[in-house]
Amino acid sequence: MQIGGPSGGCLTTEHLDVGLDFDSVKKYGAIVGSGGLVVMDEHTCMVEVARFFMSFTQRESCGKCVPCREGTKRMLEILERIVEGNGKLSDLDELQEIAEMVKSMALCGLGKSAPLPVLSTLKTFRDEYVEHIVDKKCRAKTCQALRKYRINEELCKGCGKCAKSCPVGAITGKRRESYHIDPELCIKCDTCRDNCAFEAIYVEA
Amino acid sequence: MGTMTIDGRKVEFTNEKNVLSVIRKAGINLPTLCYHSEVSTFGACRLCTVEDDRGRTFASCSEEPRDGMVIYTNTGRIKKYRRLIVELLLAAHCRDCTTCVKNGECVLQGLAARMNISTVRFENTRELRPLDTSSPALVRDPNKCILCGDCVRACEEIQGVGALGFAFRGTDAMVMPAFNKPIAETDCVNCGQCRVYCPTGAISIKTNMDEVWDALADPDTRVVAQVAPAVRVAVGDAFGLPAGRSVMGKIVTMLHRLGFDEVYDTTFSADLTIMEETKEFLERVGQGKNLPLLTSCCPAWVKFVHDQYPEFIPNISTCRSPQEMFSAVIKEHFKGYEKNQGKKTVVVSIMPCTAKKMEILRPDSVNNGERNTDVVLTTTELIRMIRTSGIDFAELPPESSDMPFGLGSGGGVIFGVTGGVTEAVLRRLVDKHDKESLDAIAQCGVRGEEGIKEFTVDYKGIPINVCVVSGLANARTVMERVKNGEANYQIIEVMACRQGCIMGGGQPVKPGARTKEERTRGLYNADSVMVIKKADENPTIAALYEGLLKGKEHELLHNTIPW
Repeated sequence: MQIGGPSGGCLTTEHLDVGLDFDSVKKYGAIVGSGGLVVMDEHTCMVEVARFFMSFTQRESCGKCVPCREGTKRMLEILERIVEGNGKLSDLDELQEIAEMVKSMALCGLGKSAPLPVLSTLKTFRDEYVEHIVDKKCRAKTCQALRKYRINEELCKGCGKCAKSCPVGAITGKRRESYHIDPELCIKCDTCRDNCAFEAIYVEA
Repeated sequence: MGTMTIDGRKVEFTNEKNVLSVIRKAGINLPTLCYHSEVSTFGACRLCTVEDDRGRTFASCSEEPRDGMVIYTNTGRIKKYRRLIVELLLAAHCRDCTTCVKNGECVLQGLAARMNISTVRFENTRELRPLDTSSPALVRDPNKCILCGDCVRACEEIQGVGALGFAFRGTDAMVMPAFNKPIAETDCVNCGQCRVYCPTGAISIKTNMDEVWDALADPDTRVVAQVAPAVRVAVGDAFGLPAGRSVMGKIVTMLHRLGFDEVYDTTFSADLTIMEETKEFLERVGQGKNLPLLTSCCPAWVKFVHDQYPEFIPNISTCRSPQEMFSAVIKEHFKGYEKNQGKKTVVVSIMPCTAKKMEILRPDSVNNGERNTDVVLTTTELIRMIRTSGIDFAELPPESSDMPFGLGSGGGVIFGVTGGVTEAVLRRLVDKHDKESLDAIAQCGVRGEEGIKEFTVDYKGIPINVCVVSGLANARTVMERVKNGEANYQIIEVMACRQGCIMGGGQPVKPGARTKEERTRGLYNADSVMVIKKADENPTIAALYEGLLKGKEHELLHNTIPW
């Protein structure tokens, strides 16, 4: 559950009994902020949520004070790296370090609250970050770069429609036999899955 | 008034305008990149952030001191955060330190050393931007800009020009003139105060050292130097000598050793300026025309009038500045074969000023189809040339300037400090030269560090209202009053830089030092030991009027075309 708008924090089911008032949510690293609540289930990647909100606050940064101008830029760079599967474990320490600094040192409310989604997801959903970095895996299957497209041989009728629609020629096979996707060539555009009439193509987390 | 606790020590404060000043007064030099007491508080670098007893963090430059405050300046996390801020700034900054003009003097570089930053973990992803080299005096390198805004505030608040501003936002933010015009096409007066305030190499002096080295190496060239009054009090401390002490004698020796054929003193032509300007002033007072007379020694101020108050152009004195008068006289002197022996004459003027680099390019800085001043070197460039030579400046014996243009009066020396021109004119106007008369002039209100000084003196029964201004923002205030008829002056002396040329845009920058007091004292002391105090008592001036200048006063000493 994301609360307080783009610079709010993320809470989990264990916080369901927390009162929705300024002092209570603050204890858990969130803010009432805009008063908005975004409820998400397991189909949302929390690393991507942090990246999305950071891209918003980074764009909103006026550029006057150094912590916000430079800090949000670097935090966004790290988050982009992680969702693209290029993250390192040391990125998490850097992210934490910058986020804490920006929170304490920025000039205005935007900068001071910009790192909250990062800090709260790092705390509550750290395992998702680690999965993205170590296992190159996004459990919500939403981080495009980490998706792996597979063809279920039992469902595949060998019609060849997927191979024809693939823009990069990553799918090969013989008609009436099961087709195969080359993971090296696949650009994860989802066109094949969209085109398959038999739901034989699936995304592996 | 009150007491606060800083790092466990009780510190009293009186009228300090912010917590940062109290902390610095307590002997803790918190780092800052965007704070200068002379301009408004910006609060952008966040380096001066401190922590209070409740763990709250705030920028000490932007907080008023309150009685009973308990603050900590160097807690573990604050130190860590400060270091990270500097690292992030370095990450977005050109790091070619070894070839940067600011190498060794850069505030950012100094902070990196102070914070012990040995690696920068982030890549510089900023797009490379072109340099602005359009100005004759200054170079802007946006790749070295850290967006502290010091130049923007100096230009706007101290100089009242506002040639620079912020554009765009976030990481795209940049400092630039409006519409990203080349700086030469703006109202920039080339005063160089932006460069004085810039903590990095983003704004630097456009250097002309190579031209001078080339001329010095050429056996067919006679290289002649003139050294401005304010230079002599700003060189010594770069070589370990006491700050503000006049080292003119050593400068003369050094220039000779570097290969200059003749070394003259600009105080000589300051005396010429006094003679001409006093004459012009008395004429105007007699005719009641084009008053107030506006002084013309400072090229930044003259450009300011042309850009901002064109209706007052006729009020500007037609006298050339001391630099231009001198160069015209030198070129005239070495014109004949008897004097030049077939050698080309190159006049190098050594100035505390960046705007002088613009002045020599004026269409009116020309005689006989030739530019009078060939090169302007700022004090900063002179110091660099001395360092390049490897000659031990501090140990040099002093020499006197060369004749026939080496002798100036005390009135000429004090041209380098605000009020100096007026004081020298007043000395010229009184007949006496005893100590009492000179002290009376010094105490009439002409001295002092205020930006605007007004006083009235009596000249043969005529009251003369004088206004002495330094800093162009102050000049704007005065000009608005004159324009609206709220003030009635007969003469207004303006120096574009606060405190006058001693704090000029070409002078070496010493952050935090008591530079202006030391340099001011240095020039007044230099005046005190001069035998001749008044321009009209300088025998070489009288000889010049009888000789070289006869019939050529107007041609060599005055401007004829406006800019």
